Formats: sequence, C-alpha cells, structure tokens
Amino acid sequence: MTPDIGQVLFCGSFGLVIIGIFGIVLTNHLVRIVLSIALLETGANLLLVMSGYRPGAAAPILVDGTVPASMVDPVPQALVLTAIVIGVAVQAFMMVLVLRVHTAYGTLDIREIRTLLERDITHAAGVPLPVSPDEPLAQPHTVLHRGAQ
Amino acid sequence: MQAYAYWIVLVSVAVMLTGAVSVLVLRQYMAAVVATAVVSLGASVIFVVLRAPDVALTEAAVGTGLAGVIMALSLRRLGLHRDDDPAHHREDESGER
Amino acid sequence: MRRYLALLLLMLMALLLLAVAMQFGFGAAPMRVGSAINSAAPGQVGAANIVTSVVLAYRGIDTLGELAILFTAATAAGLLLGQRPATTQPDPEAGFILRHAADLLFPLLLVVGLFIIVHGHLTPGGGFQGGVILAAAFFLPLLARPASRFRHGVFGVVEALAGAAFIGIGLLALTDGGPFLQPMLGKGVLGHLVSAGTLPLLYAAVGLKVGTELAGLMAGIAAYEARDP
Repeated sequence: MTPDIGQVLFCGSFGLVIIGIFGIVLTNHLVRIVLSIALLETGANLLLVMSGYRPGAAAPILVDGTVPASMVDPVPQALVLTAIVIGVAVQAFMMVLVLRVHTAYGTLDIREIRTLLERDITHAAGVPLPVSPDEPLAQPHTVLHRGAQ
Repeated sequence: MQAYAYWIVLVSVAVMLTGAVSVLVLRQYMAAVVATAVVSLGASVIFVVLRAPDVALTEAAVGTGLAGVIMALSLRRLGLHRDDDPAHHREDESGER
Repeated sequence: MRRYLALLLLMLMALLLLAVAMQFGFGAAPMRVGSAINSAAPGQVGAANIVTSVVLAYRGIDTLGELAILFTAATAAGLLLGQRPATTQPDPEAGFILRHAADLLFPLLLVVGLFIIVHGHLTPGGGFQGGVILAAAFFLPLLARPASRFRHGVFGVVEALAGAAFIGIGLLALTDGGPFLQPMLGKGVLGHLVSAGTLPLLYAAVGLKVGTELAGLMAGIAAYEARDP
C-alpha cells in the first residue's frame, strides 16, 4: 500500500498549490496573502521540474567531458530558473505595495481596507455612501488593533 | 530510483506540506515568513533528487535566502515583527462566549 | 457563511485536482526537444552545463525578458518607496555578533558569488544564483550598521552598464550575420574556464545586474519610514 514516488510528488506539489489558493481566498491579512502567493509559485515550479524527469537518468551537466547515457530534460529546468527569479521579484514588489497600503490606511486587514476604500472612492466621486435597507442601525464597535510601533 | 531517495522525498514532502499549513495557521507573522522559507528548502531538496542541481541552487538562494530577507525586512518596516495576529485573538474570544 | 461556502468549493476543487493528478504518469517525459538539445548542445555551444546553454544560447530572448521583468519590478518598487527623508533617525547599530560576522562574511560572500557567476557554464550555477549571493554581500554591511550610507548612485550606474552590456553583446552578434544573441567568439575546449564563446560574458553581465539591482531594492526597503497616517 506504499504509494510510489510519483504519487507522493504529485500530492506534494498539488497540495502546495491548493494550500496556496486556500490562503489567498480565506485569509484576512495582506501579508499572509503575499506568503500564500509565494507557496503557490513554489508548487507550480515543482510541477514543472517533475515533468522533465526520467528514471535512471543523470543531471544535464557534463562532468569531465563524458556524456552520460541518458539525461533529464533541460528545457523545463531552464524555464523554472527564470520563473523562480521572476516570482521573487514580483513578491518583493507586492511587499512594497503592502508597505504603501499600510502607510495610507494604517491597517492591513482586507475587510477594513475595503470599507475605507469604499469611503474614499465615494468621497472622491461626490456621491453618498450606499446604505443597505437591511443594515442594523447601530454598528458593533470593532477595535482596530494597531501593532506596537 | 534508489531506496534512500524515496525516503528523502517522502520526508521532504511531509516537511513542505507541514510548513505550508503552518503559514496559514501560525499566529506570529515572523514565524509565517520562516515557514515559507522552510517550504522553499524542502522544494530545493526535492529538486536535487529530481536531477536538477541548477534549479535547486536557485531555489535555495533566491526562494529561501532572498525572499525571506525581503519579507522579514518589510515586516520590520511595518512594525509587525513582534506582533501576533489579532484575528486569532478575536476567534478565541468568540469561541469562549 | 461566505467563508464556509468558499471552503466547500475549494475542497471540491482540491478533490478534482487530485483525481486528475493521480492519472498523470511520472517519469515518462516525452523529451522531443530535450533529447535533441542534449545531444547537440556540447558540440554546438561548447558549454559543459547544458541548462546554461539552453538559458543563454537557445532561449536567450527569454533571459532578456526576465531581466526586463526584474528591472521593471525593481524600478516600480523604488518609485513606490519614494524619497528618503533626511531628518529621520537611523536604526541603532546591530550587536557584536552581527557586526563582526558581517565584516568577516563580506569578502567570503563576494568570492563565492563571483566564483558561481564565472563558472556558470561548467558547474551548476550561473548569473542569477551568483547575483543573489552578491546582493546579499552588498546588503549585509547595511544590516550591521544601518547608519552607513548606501551608495545608490554607484549601484545604479553599475546596474545600467551591466544591462547595456548584455544587450550590446547580443547586438554584436547581428554584425556577424547571425541572429540576435547568437553565441560568438569561438567555442574553445569543453570544460575549460575560457570556453563557450560569449556565454561567460553574458552571465557576468546578468550576475552584476541582478546583484546590484536586488541590493538597491533591499536598501530602499530598509530605509523606508512607515509613517503613521
């Protein structure tokens, strides 16, 4: 009943992709969303490298000029090399965006940011805030927890 | 594939999945950043077993080192490097009510 | 309520993905282009590292695109971070361990980074890996002594020159009659340090560009003051 190595690897990489998507959809904090995107990219890169594997083959590097009998596919490896570096560059840019959002709004909870964004946009457009007729009259007091500076 | 390679891959996949789940579950943000770096390290070990040393070197240097440093630096600038997640506290309170 | 619905849909999607994944074959790569490249690369390009020859010779335009994406991301991040106010107090100096470790590690990291960049066509490594190590080497003294001035001007000039050198070497190939980024300058003996034509030069340009770019980005984040709204 032991799973063979292909199934283990597929579980691992698809598991990373799924956990990454879970994190993006279900988390409320911007920093955790950025970390979930990083997990998603790692899982996808793992899948790409797995697609070029052949059992019993050697790495595509010639040692001392001897050519091995069979080598794995070098094209997915070159593509994943590019993908990893691009992923980190985009993650760095996302963190800078998170820094600016924190400076502008003071909070990193996406629910509170959504409320503040709606208020800013409606103020800028000059229209009154849309109020639903089902809204309760007294809003519950939510404590904005600001991190210790 | 040799026997020991199978066990290395099994352990690495287990470490990766545990690290991925703990990114979403851990309270402190710095711990979540470290868990992301652990996931990258596990992926780098698997790349070596899959006969891709170039990719393993890149993932270890870039995914673990550089991404971890950039995230930790940004956490420090946000002032969150010692804080817990307030949402976890709120869920605990609503559970006790 | 919405969270439970999202959770349910995600579980369904996870089950579907796993069911599809279990039917994939593992270890049966078709390798139509791959086997052709594996047999032809050492003779055509002359590099012992076949992945390097794919990255720089067969798919050189993709590497140029990656450099463009890196440049765009770093420039956009620098624009967003804005100017550093000169009157803010820098962070205090780091402790004994970090200061002395940074002093010891800086030359070691430089040597290791340059070694990995220069031997990119012989052993696993290359411009991106060595460039990241160079970025860590340039950034470490700033972590240990935050009050020291980080010369953004010098790093900007080096980054621009390295990027221009990459494109310039590619344009030189046009004068030879070949397509853009065609490797030139003779193949040399396989396995020697000076071999594979312009590939080591291209990787050196890539490594310098990536290193200085990422070091500048990290220094920008480190100097950013998160002001209270």
